Amino acid sequence: MKISLNVNGKPQERDVEPRTLLVHFLREQLGLTGTHIGCETTICGACTVHLDGRAVKSCTLFAVQVDGRNVTTVEGLAADADHLHPVQTGFWEEHGLQCGYCTPGMIMTTSALLAENPNPSETEIRHAIEGNICRCTGYQQIVNAVQHAAKLGGKGAR
Amino acid sequence: MPVRPVSVGERIKRREDPRLIRGLASYTDDLKLHGGLHAAFVRSDYAAGKIDKIDTSRALARKGVVAVYTFDDLRGKVGRTPCVARPEPGRDAEHPLLADGFVRWVGQPIAVVIAEDRYVARDGALDVSVDISPLPAVVDLRRALEPSAPRVYADHKDNIALHIPRSNNPEVEKLFAEADGIVKLEIINQRVAPVSMEGRAVLASWDEGPQKLTLWTSTQVPHLVKQSVAQCLGLSEIRIRVIAPEVGGGCGAKIPVYAEECLLPWISKELRRPVKWSETRTENLMGTTHGRGHLHEIEGAYKKDGTLLALRGRVISDCGAYPSFFGASIATFTPLMMPGCYRVKAVDVEVVVVYTNTMATDAYRGAGRPEAAYTVERVLDEVAVATGLDAVEVRRRNFIPKSAFPFTTATGAIYDSGDYEASLAKALERFDYPAARAKQAKARAEGKLVGIGVATFTEICGLGPSTGASPIQRTGSWESGMVRVEPTGNVVITTGASPHGQGQETAFAQMAADAFGIDVNDVEVMHGDTDVVTHGVGTFGSRGLVVGGTAVHMALQKVTAKASRIAAHLLDAKPDQVTFDGESFRVAGSERKMTFRQVAEAAHLWNVPIPGEEPGLEAVARFEPTGTTFPFGAHFCEVEIDPDTGEVALTRYLAVDDAGKIVNPLLADGQRLGGIIQGLGQAMCEEVVYDESGQLLTATLMDYAMPKAHMFPRIELDSTCTPTHLNPLGAKGIGELGTIGSTPCIVSAVLDALRPRGVKSIDMPLKAERVWRALAEAKR
Amino acid sequence: MIPENFEYFAPRTLSEATALLAQKPDAKLLGGGMSLIPALKHRLAAASALIDLGRVPELEGISDKRGKIVIGGRTTHRALTTPGEFVDVHAIHETAGSIGDVQVRNRGTIGGSLVHADPAADWPAVFLALDGEAVVVGAKGERTIPAAQFFTGMLASAPKHDEVLTEVRLTVERKRAGTAYVKMRQPASGFAIVGVAAQVTLDRGGRIERASVGVTGVNSMPFRASALEKRLIGQTPDAASLRKLCARVEEADPMEDMHASSEYRAHLAGIYAMRALAAASSRAAR
Repeated sequence: MKISLNVNGKPQERDVEPRTLLVHFLREQLGLTGTHIGCETTICGACTVHLDGRAVKSCTLFAVQVDGRNVTTVEGLAADADHLHPVQTGFWEEHGLQCGYCTPGMIMTTSALLAENPNPSETEIRHAIEGNICRCTGYQQIVNAVQHAAKLGGKGAR
Repeated sequence: MPVRPVSVGERIKRREDPRLIRGLASYTDDLKLHGGLHAAFVRSDYAAGKIDKIDTSRALARKGVVAVYTFDDLRGKVGRTPCVARPEPGRDAEHPLLADGFVRWVGQPIAVVIAEDRYVARDGALDVSVDISPLPAVVDLRRALEPSAPRVYADHKDNIALHIPRSNNPEVEKLFAEADGIVKLEIINQRVAPVSMEGRAVLASWDEGPQKLTLWTSTQVPHLVKQSVAQCLGLSEIRIRVIAPEVGGGCGAKIPVYAEECLLPWISKELRRPVKWSETRTENLMGTTHGRGHLHEIEGAYKKDGTLLALRGRVISDCGAYPSFFGASIATFTPLMMPGCYRVKAVDVEVVVVYTNTMATDAYRGAGRPEAAYTVERVLDEVAVATGLDAVEVRRRNFIPKSAFPFTTATGAIYDSGDYEASLAKALERFDYPAARAKQAKARAEGKLVGIGVATFTEICGLGPSTGASPIQRTGSWESGMVRVEPTGNVVITTGASPHGQGQETAFAQMAADAFGIDVNDVEVMHGDTDVVTHGVGTFGSRGLVVGGTAVHMALQKVTAKASRIAAHLLDAKPDQVTFDGESFRVAGSERKMTFRQVAEAAHLWNVPIPGEEPGLEAVARFEPTGTTFPFGAHFCEVEIDPDTGEVALTRYLAVDDAGKIVNPLLADGQRLGGIIQGLGQAMCEEVVYDESGQLLTATLMDYAMPKAHMFPRIELDSTCTPTHLNPLGAKGIGELGTIGSTPCIVSAVLDALRPRGVKSIDMPLKAERVWRALAEAKR
Repeated sequence: MIPENFEYFAPRTLSEATALLAQKPDAKLLGGGMSLIPALKHRLAAASALIDLGRVPELEGISDKRGKIVIGGRTTHRALTTPGEFVDVHAIHETAGSIGDVQVRNRGTIGGSLVHADPAADWPAVFLALDGEAVVVGAKGERTIPAAQFFTGMLASAPKHDEVLTEVRLTVERKRAGTAYVKMRQPASGFAIVGVAAQVTLDRGGRIERASVGVTGVNSMPFRASALEKRLIGQTPDAASLRKLCARVEEADPMEDMHASSEYRAHLAGIYAMRALAAASSRAAR
């Protein structure tokens, strides 16, 4: 099936099998390997991307479902190394990551959170990342990272 | 005195992060090679059975399927699954890369389908039909010891993989006879799954021209993979390059070298095309090693004053269906660490490692030590109850005093340094223990179930020397470090440690920056590539900094010494007149000086040759630890239990840890926080569950409960600093500390909350129903 | 985990969707996909064709029509999480907000959840407690299914293969009335080990005039705690009375799995009924 969509601001037209999962489409067809696969059962959130601005798990979406829509992946958050999204800066400054595998998903979920709620409480942050599992950090430095980003004005360019 | 800010000891943000936060890092599955194929495994649905027939014809007929392999294709051509901790003959079990007629655990690979893409490979795997005649399985580790139990290996006389009997130490019996009382406990340290967020992934590419294999694999030990694969495939190791690219966590489960890591290279060589496999989470939960899985029967002899005199009992450890890489040896650390931070006079503990029809177990954050710490802490809590003393007081009365270090324990461990009283005192003050107890008394008066937990503990880090490794383990305990100075004075470091989130690219760069007076960003730290790194062992057992960092430090010193000699010659001074002040080499009593970068240039230009020296500026070092470090800590926490449902709410947690000198406190905090939550995960919710027939019930993250952010309060951290003399950094290791302290700490709190209601014992995980049931049963 | 291949259709209107359904007997409707896609990936479900309702805007929306909250079948949990215009209907946003996680709520839909009829899903409790009705449209026209007849078994519901659930209607009492939804989450999946929704109407004297209690997660099918509802009439909803009244939920015939024994589920049904009723009553008293 032919689909055309916008990924990180760029129009993309591709032919896909209907069963192609969005995460595989992004990783294998577009080479956007920043979006990871961690559980395949819609639990861990490593595959989180934005669909029309909202956080969704790309392992539980078919690419054909997003035909005509806007997808943002972690690669689309910052134009270059000098223009990081505040959430990316927060994760860096506060050591919000160790192995980095859950990080793109965490960043996508929390950047969507800040876009809606620019000044979340610690409890709100912890609940917002219920759908994202991290094995390394114990979450506390992720909470710090999001608070840091909120102080930087959270939303970022996009 | 250094003239510039010293970076060691500072909270420096990580140099690894820019690529990771932008999604630009390359994990194994992110790599794509031209002509690459995908592998999908057909795995056993039975815990035990005889394979009657494997039909691959439908898979082979599928468009896009390139090949299907079963054990028949491998017979006589490859070795068995690598293992460096082999049980004795008669108890040892060699594990084939694909099942050779029998299956022994659910998830065991039976066949592998190779296809042009990952979707077709999966379709093809589902096309393969396998007829299995089920055989009786043994799942429970105690059942496995019964003479009537089914045997995992029919040709073995029982299910025992390793047995270290009691020494029948007369001292132990004497102490038990002298005791005022004996506490007796049966403790389950349940089986858990490591669940690194990146599963295992392997990409093998055989290059027929140069006859060389490149193997990208998500591992903690690339050099051990190289050695193991070479041996398994009968290849010379100089024909193998192993690369651990970005590795998404390991938690111990990426130390073992697995069948898949041997099989894919063989297939790539057969087909002369690259082959990739990335495990699904279900494969990860059923086919990547598990941790813990211990049952302890333990007795502690105590005096009325709270002194713990001696321990005796039995450690039964579940090996799973085959001896994994280190698997059979993990439990040997448990008796060794049973004394904890206490002056226990004698210990006599039997170790029995048993086979069951389940996934193999191996190292998991702490590996044998958390099991010991958990048990001795439970024993001390019971001594407190029996003597009517406060749990903190009992610990204090048993501490090895600061003056006694280095201290040889009853089990022969030599503790390097410690000041347990200091960390406890700091924790008591930070936690405001008397106030917490007063608050608890008030809450109890209102009918609330509130508990306070305490754990004081120590553990082994950076195991060494190599001669002292576990009796059956065959790997060295050293690590390598190489420092190469470029003509500009920028520096490349390679390390045999293979970090996967620990931040050694930053920590080692800090060390180099301080050594040479250059910026942290002018240091590149390389690791995880056997063609780049001289040789190495890997990252596990909290050895990255303690052993790997020390090797780097030694190489830095060698380079500094040579740079100093070069500078002396160029500055027309004697070597002993030249000192490095953190930025420049200076001649004592004169204004003559050269920066490190000037020396680096001179060392490469060599237009002024230095007699007796070779050009260039680089050094390799290997650090062989002369002993093991023992970091320690004191943790406190507070829980409240919902009496209607049994739900445990963790309301407060404080950790005071001592890992000696800290290179980067930001990273150290990260290790501690992550470790604490990982330990709490085991205590609160994690558990691998097999049913009686050996089916895995926790085969997805819909059923295997991982700790999540909303379950925890903000963890409070503090520390003390008691350096070790065993390495020049004074660092004691930190990776596993949190995990080891937090598990007993929260169980201590939950039992403290439940005891007034008559509950005497409880096992992990502290799931709501279990707590509710304990309350209900105590009421009856 | 990769699904089998299928044909994919994305109708733009409801009638297009029902026409496709009539033509394709093996087709499945794709709502938010939060249950269907994982099932397809694990090959626990198969479909020769998927008909995606994601591009049928007429199936989305929320309105308040004189005592009935009308929710389009394809409305996401997320849209129902925000209190918005029915801020007083706590049970609705408490249910929506307790489902899965943010990402799941952004995709999953109320209609999909009800039709899928997972015994541990959250919506069935409030659907039953608020005397819900489901409107379904098929090739043969429209019909209304009352909540009491909606669930027909474990993972089975009344809408037929060729029918689309277009609307969920919930009846909300506004006078001296309150609602609540409380649950215990299964720690791994977030599904309900037990979930109870309650609606309570008080008389002028503060006694319970009417109470309805929907329970999910406990039995293989969600149910109304009718015996308890009867018992509650005329009672004062203070903590001690509710504890006594909720000591037993007669209809509980609990499932058992590794996350909770049947005994524990039966016990929790009473505890969570008590909690839901307490919250609903205190809101009713305001």
